[in-house]
Amino acid sequence: MVVFDKPHALTDVPMHYCPGCTHGIVHRLVAEVIDELSIEGKTIGIAPVGCSVMAYNYFNCDMIEAAHGRAPAVATGVKRADPENHIVFTYQGDGDLASIGMAETVHAAARNENITIIFINNAIYGMTGGQMAPTSLPGQVTQTSPYGRDPKLCGYPIRVCEMLSELEGPEYLERVTVNNVKNVKNAKKAIKKAFQNQIDGKGFSLVEVISACPTNWGMTPQAALKWIDDKMIPYYPLGVYKDRSAKEAE
Amino acid sequence: MAKLTFKTDNCKGCGLCVDACPKHLLRIAPDKINKKGHHPAEITDPDACVGCAFCATMCPDCIIKVER
Ligand SMILES: Cc1ncc(C[n+]2csc(CCOP(=O)(O)OP(=O)(O)O)c2C)c(N)n1
Ligand code: SF4
Ligand code: SF4
Repeated sequence: MVVFDKPHALTDVPMHYCPGCTHGIVHRLVAEVIDELSIEGKTIGIAPVGCSVMAYNYFNCDMIEAAHGRAPAVATGVKRADPENHIVFTYQGDGDLASIGMAETVHAAARNENITIIFINNAIYGMTGGQMAPTSLPGQVTQTSPYGRDPKLCGYPIRVCEMLSELEGPEYLERVTVNNVKNVKNAKKAIKKAFQNQIDGKGFSLVEVISACPTNWGMTPQAALKWIDDKMIPYYPLGVYKDRSAKEAE
Repeated sequence: MAKLTFKTDNCKGCGLCVDACPKHLLRIAPDKINKKGHHPAEITDPDACVGCAFCATMCPDCIIKVER
């Protein structure tokens, strides 16, 4: 009996991501959820600009590539055009979602747009070679903060889930990570819920996945997973930041 | 008995599966190089594998198929 294999919703195309990059794990989790919910034929994914710009090569469902940061706006249009027949998700990095696309993110959340957002927070711009992101940690060395991020000069990193949780709009906000087997299982549960919410018409569901960028963090893949525990989680605590339906049911 | 099958040619040799195996059965093959130019992962003692799929769960590239 097969207990583990590539999900159907992923294509056979080898992914271009660096060795040990957790983008691959998160792609797989999204695909497993699409399989389990039997929604491949009606799902439309919106790829970002960033390392996952070519995510359209890796998912078997229909995909659209949006301009940098605009994925939630594109997803809004696609979903509203045919809300009954399509499941729409975006897959976005932190540079895409929390920098150039912050306006689209906040307003889609405020409108409680019935879409699913998978937000990869790796605290860096991976694709362009490791520049500081809005989520880079205080003191983090990047190409554009060679002496470490100085909050006096560049401000503090943005905690997207906490910030959006202050809005009335969004249905569901959770932060997870994928740096060990247990956390991967939790991440999958959150991603599944974010898709199920859309199927149930509940509205804006965002899962922030704390991810590793071993290449631009300048670490081995193993050290990068440990750095998530040591540095990322203390600043970005895991957990559910909003779950309106669960709260109303209380 | 469990069985692992590796898509060796696509393995990137990142080693995340090696660290994930609770029984320490995997390694990055020091004497092999795949088409991509990476040292691929391999299992050293297939008979000892319990089929927990921890390795496959951590693999970013869906290289490992697990049967039990
Ligand atoms: C309008 C526009 N501005 C800037 C860029 C350059 N650019 C490409 S990817 C990127 C940021 C990518 O970082 P992130 O979203 O964190 O994704 P990652 O690569 O880390 O997965 C930037 C600034 C662009 N392609 N288009
Ligand atoms: S640069 Fe970083 S985020 Fe991009 S593929 Fe490589 S490890 Fe992943
Ligand atoms: S985790 Fe996957 S890609 Fe990395 S070494 Fe193991 S089999 Fe190869």
